[in-house]
Amino acid sequence: MVKVIYIAADGTRTEIDAPEGESVMRVALANDVEGIVGECGGAMMCATCHCYVEPDWAGRTGERVSGEEDMLEGAASEVTQYSRLSCQIPLTGALDGLVVRLPEDQI
Amino acid sequence: MTLASVIIIGAGQGGLQAAISLRQEGFSGAITLIGAEPGLPYQRPPLSKAYLLEGKAEALTLRPESFFRTKDITYLTETRVEGIDRAAGQVIAYGPQGTMRLGYDALVLATGARNLRPPIEGLEHALDLRTLADAARLRAALATKRRIAVIGGGFIGLEFAAMARKLGHGVSVIEAAPRLMARAVSPAISAHFARLHQDWGTELILGHAATRIAPDAVTLANGGTVPADLVLLAAGVRPNSDLAEAAGLVVENGVRVDATLRSSDPAIFALGDCACFLDPRTGAHIRLESVQAATDQARLIAANLVRGTSTAYGALPWFWSDQADIKLQIAGLGGNDCTDILLQDGVVARLRGPDVVAVETLNKPGIHIRARKLLAGNDPVALDQISAIAAPQAAGAA
Repeated sequence: MVKVIYIAADGTRTEIDAPEGESVMRVALANDVEGIVGECGGAMMCATCHCYVEPDWAGRTGERVSGEEDMLEGAASEVTQYSRLSCQIPLTGALDGLVVRLPEDQI
Repeated sequence: MTLASVIIIGAGQGGLQAAISLRQEGFSGAITLIGAEPGLPYQRPPLSKAYLLEGKAEALTLRPESFFRTKDITYLTETRVEGIDRAAGQVIAYGPQGTMRLGYDALVLATGARNLRPPIEGLEHALDLRTLADAARLRAALATKRRIAVIGGGFIGLEFAAMARKLGHGVSVIEAAPRLMARAVSPAISAHFARLHQDWGTELILGHAATRIAPDAVTLANGGTVPADLVLLAAGVRPNSDLAEAAGLVVENGVRVDATLRSSDPAIFALGDCACFLDPRTGAHIRLESVQAATDQARLIAANLVRGTSTAYGALPWFWSDQADIKLQIAGLGGNDCTDILLQDGVVARLRGPDVVAVETLNKPGIHIRARKLLAGNDPVALDQISAIAAPQAAGAA
C-alpha cells in the first residue's frame, strides 16, 4: 500500500492508503475525496481531475504524458508547473507519502 | 414549490451526478436514487475498451458505498420503476423489498437507453454491450479464440472490434449504412477509420444489413454469409422513455424537455440518453448519447432546482472514442447537412453556413481542447480561427 495525501482548496487534508497501480484520480474517487471529479474516467478527455503535485514530489511523479499538457489547457483553475491530471499519475512504491493539492474548481 | 424530496430514476453516470450535484448545491431534503442493476453506479465508457482487456469491474465504480451514507442518499438497487403517479406525486417501484410508493416533489428521469433491436432473425444468438453484466459475458466469451461478427459500425461496435482484434480474434463489422459512424462523424473521418480497421485486420462489410443470425454465421440482405461463432449487436440505441410515455408526458425521440430540461410536467425533468432537449445552438430538439451531456445536464437540473432558477442548458457537446491507439475527439455537434473541410490529416472542421459547428481530431488533443474552448463561447466561430489553432506551430506539434 502507498499513502497519498490530498489537500483540498480549503485546506482539508485526507490521507488514504491505496494499492500500487491505481491512479491518484481513481483513489480519490474510490475514497470519496472531494475536489476530484474525473468525469471521463481517466480517458484524458476532460481536465476535471486536475491536481497540483507538491513541489517536493514533482520529480518523482514524472513528466506529463503525451496529450496531458494539451488537455490541461481545459482546466477550470489556474495551471502551474506543478499541475497534472491525476488520472495520469499511477501510484508506485516510490510515491509513498505523495502530497497533492486540489484546485478550487474542476468544472 | 417546497422541495423536500427528489427522486432520480436511473443510476447511471447522469443519475448519480444529479444526486451528487443536489448535495453540492446544498439541498438537504431526501434524495432517492433508483437503479435497476445490482451494485454501485459505474462508468459505462470503459466497458467497450479497458474493461474487456483488464476485467477490473471495481475500477469502474463511480462512488464508494460510504458516499451514499455520508451524503444521506438512499440508493435502491435492482429496483424497477413500474409507474409514475403524477397526480399523487409518487413513483411506484418494485425491488427486493417488494412494491413501494415513493413520494417526490421533483422527479428526474435518467433512464438512459437500451439497444436497438433490428428485425434480424435469430437475434437471440447475439450479445449486447450496454451493462457491466453484458460486458462480463462478452469478456468470458473472448477467453477462447473466436470468429466475431459485429453488427453495427458505430462507436461501441468499432471500439469492441479494435479490442477484439488486439486480442487476436477474427473480426467482421457489418454496417447497414455505406460508411462507419455515419451518424456521428464526417465522411473523411469515416474513411480514415475504415482504413485503420482494415489495416488492423478487420473485415468491413459496409452498406449491407444483417438479416439472420445462426450459431455459426450471419446472413446478409444480399444473401452473403459471414462466418461467426460470436455476434455482438451494436446497432444503436433507443431512449428508455416508456415510463414517461405511460405517465402521459410528451415523448418524441425520448422525453421531450424544454431549454431548462423540464418535461411537459413542471415537476419532472429528464437528462442524458433518454432526454430530447431544446438545443440553443440550432433551436432544434436533440438527444445526445454521451457522458458529457448526461453529467452537464444533471448539474444544471440540480442547480436550477436548489436555487429556484430557470437557467437554460447550453453546454457544448463533446465526444470521444478510443479505437486501438487512435483517439477520436469531437468538439461540438455536426451533422450530415454540414460542409466538411479537411484541414490536415486527421483534423476536420464541420460548418453550417459560414460557422464552424464541430471539429473532429485524431490523436490531436491540443487542437481538440482549443476548438472546444472556441466553440463553447457565445460568438460564431469562423474557419480561419480553427485553421489558426490547427496550424502545426500553434498546435505544439513538437
